[in-house]
Amino acid sequence: MADTHVAGEPEVDASRRKFLTAATAATGAVGAVFTLVPFISSWKPSERARALGAPAELDVSKLDPGQMTTLTWRKQQIYVVRRTPQMVSSLGGHDGSLKDPKSEQSDQPPYARNELRARKPEYLVLIGNCTHLGCLPKPRFEPALPELGANWPGGFFCPCHGSRFDLAGRVFDGSPASVNLRVPPYAFANDHTLIIGVDEAGQKGVA
Amino acid sequence: MVTPASTGPSPQPPGTPQKGFKGWLYKRFPVEEFISDQLTGYYAPKNFNIWYYFGSLALVVLALQLFTGIFLTMFYKVGETTSFDSVEFIMREVSWGWLIRYLHSTGASFFFIVVYLHMFRALLYGSYKAPRELLWLLGMAVYLALMAEAFMGYVLPWGNMSFWGAQVIVNLFSTIPVVGGALVEWIRGDYGIADATLNRFFSLHVVAIPLALLLLVMLHLVALRRTGSSNPDGIEIKEKVGPDGKPLDGIPFHPYYTIKDIVGIGVMFALLAIVVFFVPTFGGLFLEAPNFEPANPMSTPEHIAPVWYFTPYYAILRAVPDQKIGALLMFVAVAAFLFLPWLDRSPVKSMRYRGWICRSALAIFTVSFVALGYLGLQPAEGLYVMLARIFAVLYFAFFILMPWYTRIDRVRTPPQRVTYHAHA
Repeated sequence: MADTHVAGEPEVDASRRKFLTAATAATGAVGAVFTLVPFISSWKPSERARALGAPAELDVSKLDPGQMTTLTWRKQQIYVVRRTPQMVSSLGGHDGSLKDPKSEQSDQPPYARNELRARKPEYLVLIGNCTHLGCLPKPRFEPALPELGANWPGGFFCPCHGSRFDLAGRVFDGSPASVNLRVPPYAFANDHTLIIGVDEAGQKGVA
Repeated sequence: MVTPASTGPSPQPPGTPQKGFKGWLYKRFPVEEFISDQLTGYYAPKNFNIWYYFGSLALVVLALQLFTGIFLTMFYKVGETTSFDSVEFIMREVSWGWLIRYLHSTGASFFFIVVYLHMFRALLYGSYKAPRELLWLLGMAVYLALMAEAFMGYVLPWGNMSFWGAQVIVNLFSTIPVVGGALVEWIRGDYGIADATLNRFFSLHVVAIPLALLLLVMLHLVALRRTGSSNPDGIEIKEKVGPDGKPLDGIPFHPYYTIKDIVGIGVMFALLAIVVFFVPTFGGLFLEAPNFEPANPMSTPEHIAPVWYFTPYYAILRAVPDQKIGALLMFVAVAAFLFLPWLDRSPVKSMRYRGWICRSALAIFTVSFVALGYLGLQPAEGLYVMLARIFAVLYFAFFILMPWYTRIDRVRTPPQRVTYHAHA
């Protein structure tokens, strides 16, 4: 239709019409994209969810040596283990069978990037959710448990997909998880009060 | 009389009623044309066999799910403190609530049974090959939407398997480089699977995905109306038409196939009733035992497995030692079906006229798919993982090697007309 010129009617400027159509469509598309922003943003954690993600406190003096407790921080299970000296010494002997013994690929604050993965050797603080797909590895602290083999030094075993971690949350070879259990940001307010979710930098941490 | 197509009412076919209510209606709505285009004038090959039941059965199960779903929504209360209790309320206190709920949960599994058989039919008779590539892609889009629908539906009862299944599946997205972590937080709407997650999954399960499913199913049927159905001989009935322009090997979809499909529907509902009334959990396959306890973020079930229709892919995920590659291969395993029309270089469509290579490949693939489905239900240890690796390799080999083995396979020439024996 656009090409047929009827006498008496103004001639159609096809290229002008094409340009205006494209310009209108492009402007509309940009507007549509901006309109999407509130809808997409609505899926982000709400202000309430953020407020509930505030730091959590724990009195670690209530833990006996060798005991573990869990608490919730940001919907994640935080494992806190008061390691005995034997447990700490068990960590030295199996670097060869770990995927990331020095925690170079793993996710932790700088002060936990060491072999014990902790600020204080006595207290291990981990995000319990398995780095594979988020299940909760079970504590299996006894060495040489029958189902985990004679070489088992004690650690965590994930029932979902069989990942194994030592008493510093470091992952063993042959596990589906490829990195060590994560360490949340944490600090000690005094000798016995552990705060999860902040460290002295005041940053609100990983994950 | 020549009138431009865009002006005035379109001419009515001869024989259209002109008087009375029908005349009034037919002047305003193309009843005759619609019935004729979709049913009485739509010619389907006359040599359909049992494999051709599953398309219409899928449509019937979709209707069942919509119908029972609407009723469940009347009693279900979404929320992390109410969801589990409201499902138990439906099961124990709503009149016939248990029936409606079990019809819906069993219907979900039947949907996948029917869709998997429908897809196997396409593999068997080459239904995805030209000119039906788009029909196949639209069907795959239906399958993908169905997977999302089923996954989110399984989260809604907020049992412990709902919670941990959601945890595992949503965390798959964290394996995406760079954006993974932020993406997972965005999907969940919280720092873990939470009320926010449950609420949005409810919205998607009940409104968004059903609408998308209906649209995609309609497009699938529109594409089918253009190409027509394939058939067990894999030849085009449109190439042999009679003097009236109708395919010689075709029969009107209505009444012939509508009547035939009603028989299939009867059989399917009989089987559905047996499951609903006698084995609604189907030994933990259709509804898993941990899902009868409330969601507990502090306690992972001893053994996590998705519902059976996802287990082939889940087995592939677990078979790979590296989690990023495992997640990637799982997505590839689903997506591989999309490329079938272009991977298959065979000059014939139907397995009836293909040689032993193609037939063996399909047999090995089918066994692998079923075996992976079984292995995905087992714990990920020892021999099970080893077997899953072997079958995963066979699974991918079916697709990757297809351009070669379909070309070297020795085929027979299909007949000019469909193979058909009238019943005595």
